[in-house]
Amino acid sequence: MKSRDIARYALLTALALTLSWLESLVPIPGAPPGVKLGLGNLAVIFALYRLGPGQAAGVGLVRALLAAAMFGNMYSLAYSLAGAAVSLAVMLGLKRTGKFSILGVSAAGGAGHNIGQILVAMAALRSGYAAGYLPVLLVSGVSAGVAVGLAGGLVTERVRL
Amino acid sequence: MGRIRNDLLLVLVLLAAAGIGWLALRPAGGGVQAVVTVDGGEIARYSLLEDREVRLEAGEGYNILTISGGRAAVTEADCGDHTCVGAGWIGRQGEAVICLPHRLVVYIEGGGAPALDAAAN
Repeated sequence: MKSRDIARYALLTALALTLSWLESLVPIPGAPPGVKLGLGNLAVIFALYRLGPGQAAGVGLVRALLAAAMFGNMYSLAYSLAGAAVSLAVMLGLKRTGKFSILGVSAAGGAGHNIGQILVAMAALRSGYAAGYLPVLLVSGVSAGVAVGLAGGLVTERVRL
Repeated sequence: MGRIRNDLLLVLVLLAAAGIGWLALRPAGGGVQAVVTVDGGEIARYSLLEDREVRLEAGEGYNILTISGGRAAVTEADCGDHTCVGAGWIGRQGEAVICLPHRLVVYIEGGGAPALDAAAN
C-alpha cells in the first residue's frame, strides 16, 4: 500500500468519524431511536465513487467500529457494524450494476443500514417484534440516504483527493 | 437520465415497502394489550384500557411500564442508555418498545390480525 493511499484512508475515516460525532451532538428533537441522518456515510460514498469499493468498505467498517467505541457501548457496536456491513453490501452491489446514480445507491445504503440494525435487534431479543419498527426506520433511512446522496454527488464532483 | 429514473423507482419501491409494512400493522380493535417479554419469553400482559404503573424486573435492573389513556410507555429504567424511555408511547398493534441491555420488549397485541406472528416464527 502506498503512503498516499494510507493518507487517503486515514483522512476519509477521520472525516467519517467527525461527521458521525457532529451528528451525535445535534440530536433531532423528538426523533425515535435509530432515526438519524447518517452524515458519516458521506465519506463512505465519496470513497466508493472516487477511490473504489475496497476503500469504501474499509472506511465504512473502521468508522462503524470506532464510532461505537467512542460514542456508544457493546450494543451500539453490534448495531453499528451490522448496519455498516449491510449498507456497504447493498451500495457496492447497486453501484456495480451501473443502473443507478449516486442518489439511488445512497438511498438503498441508508435503507440497508436500518435493515442491518433491525436484524441485530431481532437476533439479540430473539423476537420478531423488532421488525414492527422497520417501516419507520426504512422511511427515515431512505430519506436520509437521498439527502446524503445529493450532498455526495456535489462533493464527488468538486473535491479532488 | 435513465439512472435518475431508476433511482426514483428504487426510492418509491422502498417507501412503498415501508408503507405496506406499516399497513400490515394497522391499529388494533378492542382488547388491546401490552405484552412484556424478557429474553424472548413472555412475563406479563396488561390491558391498555386500564391505567397503571408497574415495575418490571428485567435483566440486571428494572423498567417502569406506564399505561395511560390506551397507550403504554417505559417511563423509567436503570439500563444506562434509556433508548426504551426515549421510544415514547405505543398503542398500535405491532408497535414495540425495546430495551436491549435488559433484553426486554414491550409490544402491543390484540384486535386485528396478528400480522407479525408470521414474521416472528
